[in-house]
Amino acid sequence: MAREDLITGNIWEEYSSKVIDRMSNPRFLGEFSEEDAKKRNAKLVVADFGSEACGDAVRLYWLVDSKTDKILDARFKSFGCGTAIASSDVMAELTIGKTIDEAMKITNLDVEKALRDDPNKPAFPPQKMHCSVMAYDVIIEAASKYKGVDPKKIKNSEIVCECARVTKGEIEEIVRKYKVKTVEELQKYTDAGKYCKSCVKPGGHEERSVYLVDIIKEVNDKMKEEELIKKAETSNFDEMTLLNKIKNIERVLREDISSILAMDGGSVELVDVREKENEEVKVLIKYLGTCSVCNAAALTMHMIEQTLNEKLETDKIKVVQI
Amino acid sequence: MEVYLDNNSTTPMNEEVREVYHEHEKFYGNVNSIYQKGIETRKLLSKAYDVIYPAIGARDEDDIIITSSTTEGNNAVIKTFLYNFLQGSEKKHIITTVAEHSSIKAPCAFVKKFGMEVTYLYTDENGRIDLQELEDSIRNDTALISVLFASNESGAIQPIKEIGEISKKYEIPFHCDGAQAISKAKVDVKELGVDYFTFSAHKFHGPKGIGGLYVRNGSPFIPLIHGGNQMGGKRGGSINTAGIVAMAKAMELANKNLNKMYFEVAKLRDKLEDAILKIPDTKSYVDKKFRLPNTVIASFRGIEGEAMLWELNQSGIYAATGSSCSSERLQGSEVLEALGEDPEIAHTGIIFSLSRFTKEDEIDYVIDKLPKIVDKLRNISMTYAKVKSS
Repeated sequence: MAREDLITGNIWEEYSSKVIDRMSNPRFLGEFSEEDAKKRNAKLVVADFGSEACGDAVRLYWLVDSKTDKILDARFKSFGCGTAIASSDVMAELTIGKTIDEAMKITNLDVEKALRDDPNKPAFPPQKMHCSVMAYDVIIEAASKYKGVDPKKIKNSEIVCECARVTKGEIEEIVRKYKVKTVEELQKYTDAGKYCKSCVKPGGHEERSVYLVDIIKEVNDKMKEEELIKKAETSNFDEMTLLNKIKNIERVLREDISSILAMDGGSVELVDVREKENEEVKVLIKYLGTCSVCNAAALTMHMIEQTLNEKLETDKIKVVQI
Repeated sequence: MEVYLDNNSTTPMNEEVREVYHEHEKFYGNVNSIYQKGIETRKLLSKAYDVIYPAIGARDEDDIIITSSTTEGNNAVIKTFLYNFLQGSEKKHIITTVAEHSSIKAPCAFVKKFGMEVTYLYTDENGRIDLQELEDSIRNDTALISVLFASNESGAIQPIKEIGEISKKYEIPFHCDGAQAISKAKVDVKELGVDYFTFSAHKFHGPKGIGGLYVRNGSPFIPLIHGGNQMGGKRGGSINTAGIVAMAKAMELANKNLNKMYFEVAKLRDKLEDAILKIPDTKSYVDKKFRLPNTVIASFRGIEGEAMLWELNQSGIYAATGSSCSSERLQGSEVLEALGEDPEIAHTGIIFSLSRFTKEDEIDYVIDKLPKIVDKLRNISMTYAKVKSS
């Protein structure tokens, strides 16, 4: 909380003059018919996105040159607030003259930035960012119609921050690459969570299936675990802690021995691991399945002991069947 | 021209009230002081009470605690029962309605955190609760029934007298949020059968930051604001003498002008409503016999509420929307949804609320502008294009 939070803001006061101008006088409002397309020797593409029930919906009309895939002209119709109208208007304008593939790269962030008066000041308040999100979605919808493919194939279904169009994969990559621990650190490298903030943590104005704080924690936890495993795996067996020795013995039993025993219908279970300083490491095992009644159990035990010593590069492991 | 049609939100201060307010600003003496300056202001307070008590039909033995607002009064009532519950009372259940203002809904959500339980009664197509449902909701541990007099959005008036009778029958305290009552209806707390009644002066052309909480003699009450001995120890904080005197004047004038509200304002409201309904694909809600005389809530198919507010604003017309985009919520108007509307229509609701100072030429101006605004926005609307093509 701070002084500026004590006075409720008026969202209209945070609109740029470009937003106000476009919401009052949209330039690309309208529609195209098949007849219009024919006249311009173009293909008509009409795409809808959004839902009136959610308060925002947009219809995009494109006239596309089939030979070059270039968007010759664009119009829109919208059901939504002023920000949605202004965003749709700029979105339509931005697509004109671009190829379908180029248009698909336009994001709602591009739309928002195009509506800024001052390059460093957002065109509208963060909670209005969702009104511009449709700009991206409707382009993808129209492009998929033109290409005759499922929009889901084009869209990344794992978008975490709708406002900045950042996917879970991208966030995970940044967290790993820069060892990010907080949302603030994350925002040095991406715009995720900077706008409506719904994706930052639960409690925003939109409920999300995944939040930035969770991804950061999840990736950090995973990295920690991976580091431990790596450490355990790469250290010298004789210098490992008992816990890591057990983990490694379990891993070799699971990865290298179980499959061999399973071929004859048997298996093995690790019961205990006991060690004395500078002495052998006693691995207590129990046979299961056919191994428990096999006449060659002693040979098998020898094989297990040899495999463990080989794989873990030691000569201290002594296997004991109980 | 500027036309203010958001009077259910707040009203401009009446000129006469403003004069009274400024006249009394010079009385700065603390009411609790024993010297002459205090005596002067005490007399003023007493005179104001001579107006306020009869204005709502309170008896001398009852309390009318001066508060800052209806919100404060509503909080004081709800939290009285929270304190009782925390002190060991078994009464932990509150019955209220889905139509309440946030000043009831928020404290109700708050008391739930401590283990109290709240039942929200639904409303019908006229925005009114079902009395049988109310009776069925009553439990042995019901501590309070709290129902608003009328909705600031739909204008729907609740059957307060009947609710009062039910509350008496089951001996459950009854609170009425009366923010929309004074100036729009005759208020007599005895006739209504309420134990608590809350109001704010700015809703009836009085100053902001001053209101009242009626507590029937013998009803449980625990101060929300502890402090000095002001208001008989029931509400601490220095007393706003000029505000109280001005509120009393505003109440007096509101009651004097009730007929004007019933007939002249209602006539203007009807004129506006008829004009709205002449525009295709519009709808108004709540039967007039159950609605505040100054209010019309209408939907304009295909036009999102904030886009409409923006265009109205560009023409100097100030109205309200209960729907999403003007706030951080993404839902449509909860009130329209409660009145049975589909979510896409609920995003198109606009509330016009008049006052006794609304003039006919102002309404004529709105009637002139509205169809042009509707045409402009429907021309943008993809939804309306769909409606037209189907």
